Amino acid sequence: MGNLVKIAVRNLLRYTRRSLLTVSLIAFGVVFVLVFVAMTGSFKEAIVASITDSYLGHVQVHRRGYVASIESLPLNLNIEPAQLAKIQEALGSAPDVAGASERIKFNAMFSTFVETTGLRVTAVYPDREFAVCPKLPARIVQGDRTPAALARGKILVPDLLARGMGIKVGDTVVVVATNKDGSVNGKTLLVSGILESATGPGGRDGYINFEDGMEILRMQGKETTEVAIRLRDFGQVERVGRALRERLEGGGGGLAALEVHTWSQLSPFASVARLIDMMALFMKAMLIAIVLISVLNVMIMAVYERVREIGTIAAIGTLPSRILSLFLVEGVLLGVAGAATGVLAGAAIILALNIWKVSVRFGGSLQLFVLSPRIDLFEVVVASLMVIVVSVLASVQPAFRASRMEPIDALRHV
Amino acid sequence: MNVIRATDLTKTYAANGVEVRALRSVSLDVDAGSFVAFIGPSGSGKTTLLNLLGCLDKPSSGRLEVAGTDVTRLDRRQAAAFRGAHIGFVFQSFNLVSVLTAFENVEYPLVMVQDRPASERRARVLALLDAVGMADQKDKRPEQLSGGQKQRVAIARALVTSPELVLADEPTANLDSATAYTIIALMKRMRDEVGTTFLFATHDIRIIGEAEIVYTLEDGRLTGRQERCP
Repeated sequence: MGNLVKIAVRNLLRYTRRSLLTVSLIAFGVVFVLVFVAMTGSFKEAIVASITDSYLGHVQVHRRGYVASIESLPLNLNIEPAQLAKIQEALGSAPDVAGASERIKFNAMFSTFVETTGLRVTAVYPDREFAVCPKLPARIVQGDRTPAALARGKILVPDLLARGMGIKVGDTVVVVATNKDGSVNGKTLLVSGILESATGPGGRDGYINFEDGMEILRMQGKETTEVAIRLRDFGQVERVGRALRERLEGGGGGLAALEVHTWSQLSPFASVARLIDMMALFMKAMLIAIVLISVLNVMIMAVYERVREIGTIAAIGTLPSRILSLFLVEGVLLGVAGAATGVLAGAAIILALNIWKVSVRFGGSLQLFVLSPRIDLFEVVVASLMVIVVSVLASVQPAFRASRMEPIDALRHV
Repeated sequence: MNVIRATDLTKTYAANGVEVRALRSVSLDVDAGSFVAFIGPSGSGKTTLLNLLGCLDKPSSGRLEVAGTDVTRLDRRQAAAFRGAHIGFVFQSFNLVSVLTAFENVEYPLVMVQDRPASERRARVLALLDAVGMADQKDKRPEQLSGGQKQRVAIARALVTSPELVLADEPTANLDSATAYTIIALMKRMRDEVGTTFLFATHDIRIIGEAEIVYTLEDGRLTGRQERCP
């Protein structure tokens, strides 16, 4: 085998410029795929972390049918106390769960006594909410960034409304809402902070204390719209989601059924993430095409240019299988050299991108996402194996053609 | 002992829809250790006959034994293996592998054909390069060698597997007279030392003059056999 490789290397080096060009082309494809996967992976990770850590949580539990009508924030689909107890029991026995935050969500009228507009209110227990959404404080662009910002009687106002209505930290506002029985109630609240939207300039979500929410909606007992859950390991989100679904979605005991959703089922960014994954797949398909065409071209040329030589080695007794192996090894070496060069260059570029700190904004958000592109060993292995396998496939036809040549015809070739 | 026994060999080609009879009922026996030349005008069938004897082609009819084997029954793979074990080739254009050195060209059949261990290969190749007077040029690539030097390397390559038979198609056609005589003398010396049978297809009067048996071919027929004492 060593001699076969040695001869194959010599054969590739006889047309050094052509071989180098092919290796460069393959390496360029590998670099492109690795850097693309690293950048988009980092972008996806940053956005998903922002979405889950600043308002969504990793998993959410609702009463069945709530998510289907989530735009109207229906109060008649709140989780009842008995169901909440069931949820808390399930979460208490799940070691992967780091924390949970109960929320009441409702539509309200928001007034500065001069102007009035609509507001989507989320009522939370501040300590639990800050634990489940650790990036929530970072969204408070003005005012108190501690859980005290959501003490009773306080409100975090979305930046959009604050700017439009000229609201400042320390102002007094009124929140008025209709409860599920049709009764209207309101409460005066102190603006403790201005909250940047997590998803861009369209956000109209304000936060108040859970008890204030109950008071405004005149709840007799504790009702909850949703329970947001944070996991210790984000990578386990699908598994834990499945486990909670099995435990909670069955209903039973006279209780209405619940439904469990992971972040990807709740956020429209999941579609963007899937699109990014598809683009990465497309890049890999491009890489396959680059390798296939370049290696096939070189190997076809190699066979065509060496017909007499093939005739000679066949005449002196080289078995067809050996001739086949020789050309396959040449193709594989092109792929291995291209993959190795591409991986090294790709790693260097990814390292440089980490040193230079590339940052992006997403969806008009004020938040700047600093990307930390990195590539999994798995992706490196997949890209390299893909290149090598495609190189073998591209070499099969020319190698087979060489091995099937009749020495007598090949020796006559001019 | 016969290294070749050919009986009623015919070879027919179809060229542009026309049947061409390249060999017509050729029969001959060649003793081991002979130095044989096939002569005749272009198109007389010399190369076709050499191709059949070298198992590069199959006769249309007739019987052919080379080194005791009925080679007409061999498939492609078996024919390749047979050539690797029993036959050496010397070509008019030398046909050395351009990316390999003189040493590696001679070593090639031992690596790619016979899979011999490295120590045995080295000793055998060096001995042969020494025998053909190319030991001091062993690290040169073919493009760095003259025509005569290339043909010496080609002879060493043909002999490295210790074949019973070496077939040479116009081996001196591309060489000047002095070099041609040297190459002929070298092949004859190798025959004397190793006992290998040498068969040539040639127009070259210099080889014909050195051959011990000369077969004449005309229109695909064997028309003459002349034994000589050069």
